[in-house]
Amino acid sequence: MQQKSNRIIVTVIGQDTVGIIAAVATVLAEAHVNIVDISQTTLREFFTMIMMADMEKATVPFDELKRRLNAKGEQMGLKIEAQHEDVFKFMHRV
Amino acid sequence: MAIQFSPQEILETIRMVQMENLDIRTITMGISLRDCAHPDLETAGKKAYDKICRLAARLVAAGDEIEREYGIPIVNTRISVTPVALVAEASASDDYTLFAEHLERAAAEVGVNFIGGFSALVHKGTTRGDDALIASIPDALSVTERVCASVNIGTTRAGINMDAVARMGETILETARLTAQRDGIGCAKLVVFCNAVEDNPFMAGAFHGIGEPDCVLNVGVSGPGVVATAIEAEPNADFGELASVIKRTAFKVTRMGELVGRAASAKLGVPFGIVDVSLAPTPAPGDSVGRILQSMGLERVGTHGSTAALALLNDAVKKGGAMASSYVGGLSGAFIPVSEDAVMIDAAACGAITFDKLEAMTAVCSVGLDMIAVPGDTPASTIAAIIADEAAIGMINGKTTAVRVIPAPGKKVGDIVSFGGLLGSAPVIALHRESSEKFIRRGGRIPAPVQGLSN
Repeated sequence: MQQKSNRIIVTVIGQDTVGIIAAVATVLAEAHVNIVDISQTTLREFFTMIMMADMEKATVPFDELKRRLNAKGEQMGLKIEAQHEDVFKFMHRV
Repeated sequence: MAIQFSPQEILETIRMVQMENLDIRTITMGISLRDCAHPDLETAGKKAYDKICRLAARLVAAGDEIEREYGIPIVNTRISVTPVALVAEASASDDYTLFAEHLERAAAEVGVNFIGGFSALVHKGTTRGDDALIASIPDALSVTERVCASVNIGTTRAGINMDAVARMGETILETARLTAQRDGIGCAKLVVFCNAVEDNPFMAGAFHGIGEPDCVLNVGVSGPGVVATAIEAEPNADFGELASVIKRTAFKVTRMGELVGRAASAKLGVPFGIVDVSLAPTPAPGDSVGRILQSMGLERVGTHGSTAALALLNDAVKKGGAMASSYVGGLSGAFIPVSEDAVMIDAAACGAITFDKLEAMTAVCSVGLDMIAVPGDTPASTIAAIIADEAAIGMINGKTTAVRVIPAPGKKVGDIVSFGGLLGSAPVIALHRESSEKFIRRGGRIPAPVQGLSN
């Protein structure tokens, strides 16, 4: 198996509102997680933001980061999920 | 570095994991106990205990770590061992319950919920060890919680050992009797096979085959909910398109098994065996194979068309899964365990699905007559005849078939039998009342069919 990456994909789904990027970026910054790329789109009526981030220098374990992101999402009425990059790589690339 | 996945792909994955019950049903560590054989059974049992505890010490922890890292639930971690009849035969004892107790202790120590392999392979005949194992099954399954037993009574190459079939009818009844205060739960941990496979990661039929290495990790994926949702999104697809949808979904589900299997193998330093791409339902809402069949257009699973639907599903799952992993094995297909599938339970309760229909469906699906509660007063010869029917389907068609029925003591058709947890609950289903006793009493072996002459 090739070198395991430390990259994760964070998704935010919900109604568009002010401060989404700022809020998520703050959670990530506080954990020393570096944002590598951001893309956003509207899928049907939902605002969707997808961030790729690198946990190489993260100061918290992944499940703690997920917990914080889930909590932020609940606070803002959004669904914020995080998943390891390999999950997507395996599922969508042969 | 740009994100190389489209938003649709990313959201699809998120949806599958968060909402559609995509999960890894089991990581099963297969452990050879061949080097634990000893003339003294207690010593053999202790050696088995030590080896299992040593090799599986980090199994549960590794599963938890992988679940946290990848966010994919790993529902169970389990262990399978060499068929105990082979290991315990070296000892002078004729009662292997003691050995089962060591397996139970080991399983409890490492934290797994089931340990399979209290088994014998008797398709051509029995040895002293096989006889002792079969005789010990009722006791072993009543004094332990986690031990699972299985007996292989036929193969396409060997034919069917009808003496063993007759004995297993009696063994199943005795096992039910000894666990009568819990609705015959012992029988939920006992499988009778034809053409059993060596690397099945699912319980209760898992055992570590003799062609396998010393230690191996096998992964059982699942996700009937994921497949059902994909089908429900295509109400107007024709059968070709439907097969395609199922294949693609099975591919994705299996890829998760491949990811988790490789990760577990790396963490534990144990070779990765196979991914078993089986759609295995649980009683959880939505997590149902019956639901898939109904979403294909059947008003109730069990009505005409159910066999064809299941055939398409089973085949498409295998095709999709085969591309997804280097090593696909185990049982791989769709399971129809009645008590573990909410939609099947409903269909059984209202009489839409009958025993005979279930038998027909086993000709095209992954395993067999699974987790079916039958009347407590069913004669041993009838149970034996059910096994013989199922074995014949497997033998002639070159597939694995199995019987895991529970003759619920004191219960009649329409009563509910309840085991709890993953074993679920089910209504007692009617069987034919006419006798098969003279048929079963003939004994001997049904010869291997000409299909077995495949050289």
